[in-house]
Amino acid sequence: MENKTILEVKDLKTYFRTDAGIVKAVDGVSFRLDKGETLGLVGESGSGKSVTNMSIMKLIPMPPGKIVGGEVLLDGVDILKLNEKEMSRIRGNRISMIFQDPMTALNPYLRISTQLIETIRLHQGLDKAEARKKAIEMLKLVGIPAAERRIDAYPHQFSGGMRQRVMIAIALSCNPEILIADEPTTALDVTIQAQILDLIKDLSEKLETAVIMITHDLGVVAGMCDNVCVMYAGRIVERAPVDDLFESPKHPYTNGLIQSIPRLDEKGSGRLFSIDGQPPNVIDLPECCPFHPRCEKAMDVCTRKYPPVVSLEGKREVACWLYEENK
Amino acid sequence: MTKYILKRFLGMIPTLLIITTVAFIIMRIAPGGPFDRERAIPPAVQANIEAKYHLDEPLIKQYFRYLGGIIRGDFGPSYKYKDQTVTDLISNSLPHSLLLGTLALMAATFFGVLAGIIAALNQNTWLDYTAMSIAVFGVSVPAFVIGPVLMLIFAMKLKILPTSGWITGPDGWKTVLMPLIALSMSYFASIARLSRSSVLEVIRSDYVRTAKAKGLSPTMIILKHVLKGAMLPVVSYLGIAYSGIITGSVVIEQIFRIPGLGRFFVQSSLNRDYTMIMGVIIVYSTVVILMNFLVDILYSFLDPRISYQ
Repeated sequence: MENKTILEVKDLKTYFRTDAGIVKAVDGVSFRLDKGETLGLVGESGSGKSVTNMSIMKLIPMPPGKIVGGEVLLDGVDILKLNEKEMSRIRGNRISMIFQDPMTALNPYLRISTQLIETIRLHQGLDKAEARKKAIEMLKLVGIPAAERRIDAYPHQFSGGMRQRVMIAIALSCNPEILIADEPTTALDVTIQAQILDLIKDLSEKLETAVIMITHDLGVVAGMCDNVCVMYAGRIVERAPVDDLFESPKHPYTNGLIQSIPRLDEKGSGRLFSIDGQPPNVIDLPECCPFHPRCEKAMDVCTRKYPPVVSLEGKREVACWLYEENK
Repeated sequence: MTKYILKRFLGMIPTLLIITTVAFIIMRIAPGGPFDRERAIPPAVQANIEAKYHLDEPLIKQYFRYLGGIIRGDFGPSYKYKDQTVTDLISNSLPHSLLLGTLALMAATFFGVLAGIIAALNQNTWLDYTAMSIAVFGVSVPAFVIGPVLMLIFAMKLKILPTSGWITGPDGWKTVLMPLIALSMSYFASIARLSRSSVLEVIRSDYVRTAKAKGLSPTMIILKHVLKGAMLPVVSYLGIAYSGIITGSVVIEQIFRIPGLGRFFVQSSLNRDYTMIMGVIIVYSTVVILMNFLVDILYSFLDPRISYQ
């Protein structure tokens, strides 16, 4: 059953209505996630990574947000068409999420046990004692020492890394098919980051959970992911297996991102590389390649039309006019 | 925790002592005395009266005599209501004030929180606007206007509620309704506005997003995850609100002729009824301090991050 597609996002569009105009936060995103795969979603702040995943969970605040188009197929069923009640049976059960800031993602007024057990009881229909047993088991699994005792503590009695472990325990407690990790290590100390990433990697392999890893840290992508989607201004500009992407980035933006990683083994001029310019304002974006003002290889056609997605060999795709033959 | 409660409880004594002392001094500085009349009394009579009430003694001696009395639970004789002690007057009237105040606070809290939650969950809909319009009305119209207007409508025009009186006869509860509404209106309004903004803040928080991502139903999210955090500001307001309600009932008690402590609050000051003023001040202060103490304790039960040493 390897390589069975579990989640397919087709042409997803999520817009926000603001006073300044319509913000096309996600504008035609498509990707596939296979069983057990770890997919990286990288891009700058505001490129639409988080909104994409909040749309999959249907957690976009509406209004002002609205999913205006596309399909999200979970095992072939379009979950965008489900009602709230059906959707709540998927959230936390078949798709779960962990968030960036473990300091605020747990309810400070409730015990860890309450927050863990309510999820387990909700989705697995266990009684209180069984759910508690399962909760302790989960805490042990994520490496919380003295779980039997610590389970009744409050979140403020845990450190940041421990809280993220608790979040992971909650997220994985119902054996979800998909785990969405939205920058799970951004708010943590560097020393803790590696531990948390290892934990996610180990557990997702053990429990055969597919992972969507949202991050702006290419180092995380290199260490964790099988495949990578690079997002820019609400669209995916390049999709490739992780090794290929680092070896030979196709899109000029990806290339810029990879060059921006500071390297210890290369002596440079002392200045770090950066991509000139700013990410575009996604309000009223004209029909053109949104990257062209910052692109070294920009051509005339880039200013007029959005590039089509071109398939390259080795399961790679890129949205750039450089690779399109009939311009 | 027990240690903290005990410490806080004992801490109330110096606070009360300071209040008593300051009140005693201010009262004696104020011009006029309890037995001053428009027509001068013969000096011999005046001296006799003063001797009876120990007013001829040095101030410091009077002060300690008074303190000694309080410790024994004796607030002294009233200078105005002859043959009655302050202790009797207060213990006959205080329960009425406390009953009205407590009912008013409970009503204001219950309906205020309810209106606040409904408004927050239906933000920018007609429900929100209606609830907040009532709240703005409640904050801006004073109790001494609401009281008579209620009387006019329900007692004079519709004739379904009595104009005044206090819990006597089979329909006693009817006498409670109007004073209750008039007294609690502005507190209802403040609590409604406070809960609305507080609930709005909490439902936008990360941990509520987590709760949604876990698949909890909206009802469960509100009851389990939103309310506890959102109620903290309301609880801390309750201490202030109760003081306001208890002292604010002075006006309401006058309007609806309720035999509460309020009428002595103003009258005793005008009469320079020294012992009565002191008694009322000490009772009100104790109620306020006790209420704040209760709020602090309640707070630590709601927010586990607060631990009192």
